[in-house]
Amino acid sequence: MASTIRVRATSTGEVTEVQVLIQHPMDSGFVKDAKGETIPPHFIRELTFEHDGRNVFVADWGAAVSKDPYVKFSFKGGNKGDDLKISWIDNKGETDTTTAKIQ
Amino acid sequence: MSSRYLIRLASAALALVALTLAAPAADMPDPAADAKAFRNFFVTKFPKVKLEDFVNGPYSMNEDMRRQWEEKEQFPPYEFSLDMGKEMFAKPFRNGKTYADCFPNQGIGIRQDYPYFDTKEGKVITLELALNRCREANGEPAFSYVKDEMAALTAYMAFTSRGRPFDIKIPDDPRALEAYQNGKRYFYTRRGQLNFSCATCHVQNPGERMRAEILAPALGILNAMPIYRSEWGGMGTISRRFTTCNSQIRGVPLEPQAEEYRDLEYYLSYVSNGLPIAGPGSRP
Amino acid sequence: MTITHSDFPATRRLILIGAGAIALTGLGIMSVGMAPALAAANDTYPEDAFKQKGAADAIKSLYGRTAEPSDKVKLDAPEIAENGAVVPISVSTTLADVTSIAFLASENPNALAAVYRIPPGTLPNVANRLKMAKTCDVIVIVEAGGKLYSATKEVKVTVGGCGG
Repeated sequence: MASTIRVRATSTGEVTEVQVLIQHPMDSGFVKDAKGETIPPHFIRELTFEHDGRNVFVADWGAAVSKDPYVKFSFKGGNKGDDLKISWIDNKGETDTTTAKIQ
Repeated sequence: MSSRYLIRLASAALALVALTLAAPAADMPDPAADAKAFRNFFVTKFPKVKLEDFVNGPYSMNEDMRRQWEEKEQFPPYEFSLDMGKEMFAKPFRNGKTYADCFPNQGIGIRQDYPYFDTKEGKVITLELALNRCREANGEPAFSYVKDEMAALTAYMAFTSRGRPFDIKIPDDPRALEAYQNGKRYFYTRRGQLNFSCATCHVQNPGERMRAEILAPALGILNAMPIYRSEWGGMGTISRRFTTCNSQIRGVPLEPQAEEYRDLEYYLSYVSNGLPIAGPGSRP
Repeated sequence: MTITHSDFPATRRLILIGAGAIALTGLGIMSVGMAPALAAANDTYPEDAFKQKGAADAIKSLYGRTAEPSDKVKLDAPEIAENGAVVPISVSTTLADVTSIAFLASENPNALAAVYRIPPGTLPNVANRLKMAKTCDVIVIVEAGGKLYSATKEVKVTVGGCGG
């Protein structure tokens, strides 16, 4: 199955800008379906970005983050060709991870 | 009789003759003139909007909304559907053939030519219809017209045509002209409990608010299809939009790809000729 | 280089911290009992903070103190959200030593929406997309140099983002 994580990581040489878009329902647990039953919460809790052996960014998310969540941040360093490892874990314990090359 | 009366009579007679001469011209449909007038209406109403920007719907009408859209376009929500569409398009059917075999130019960069009038069958063929026909002709079940796979496929095909201007043709065939007129008539006819026509919102009130929404101009309104709507939390096709719009004005929606819908798409696409394909798109 | 705590889920973390501390102490990199003054206050998933209803309670749970408004925190959010389900909100700041950034929506069922840990070397700018239940204040908290700073903006929501 293709990864749920889409990444765009670009380096200016000094700073690397990272954008991710993740395919995930991010169900809040407040919404009812067509039958009137509550759709249980199902959302990413933690999203980690690792470069050169250390975390450069960690997101702690609650149910109020939008469906197909997006985040953008930048960190100093990171060169073209470097690996950027991204992982998430959700409230059901499901996970996904991907490694992207900084462009 | 007085001379004044005679003059009045003569003037009336002259006016009547002039009208009679003008009348047959007014009865003949003139799509080219329609398109020109349609475009002129919108560019005159919105002199600050660039012509190609009309395809961005409400975002061409409101600055605050535009900024939100531009931020989301950095990494748009339709990415997943687009990727899925690309994969699906390349995957052969069980019989070994592919979508590319059904379309001119392997199906790449052709979205701007749809819909077209098929003179053999005597009906308007939309891209969505053509895709399902392709599937059925190759022993595959048809997809639902409104979302998911159909949205993914049309998203991909639109993407390969991004930037190309709509190039809808009306062949020299009275049936084609009739289909065009039918679509135009549908567009301007009021319906539903709210008694709105498409024109009520999209010609008379673009840029205004309808409840919480900013209304899109009708010019270029199909160019960004299919769209990821925040309202739907997912993708939708032209079929989805036509049916849901009918429901929203408290009318009874037709079946997707019903004749009126296909003719409506034909009309709306034709009068947007020259404007670039912008699909897949995002909307509120 | 500041050592930040590992970010694995709780159980693994406890074991690894013990092992890591011993190993690093042995290497002379970390001293036992070192208080990570520059590490983020929220270096584990803030379970309790996400459960709080109001913004003040969430901030208290997360950081244990209150924030002062600062014009050095630039919050970018729309006037009227085009759809409450996907509101693009971003923050940038010129403050130094930022370790954490949190986003809250005061009238959401639970005010805290997201918290970001900013290790050294990461810029204190974050853009994300959040759900807003209704018109309310979006609050962003920036933890910098051990202090809390905030910026607030009211965002109008016509179509609620929680399925309304």
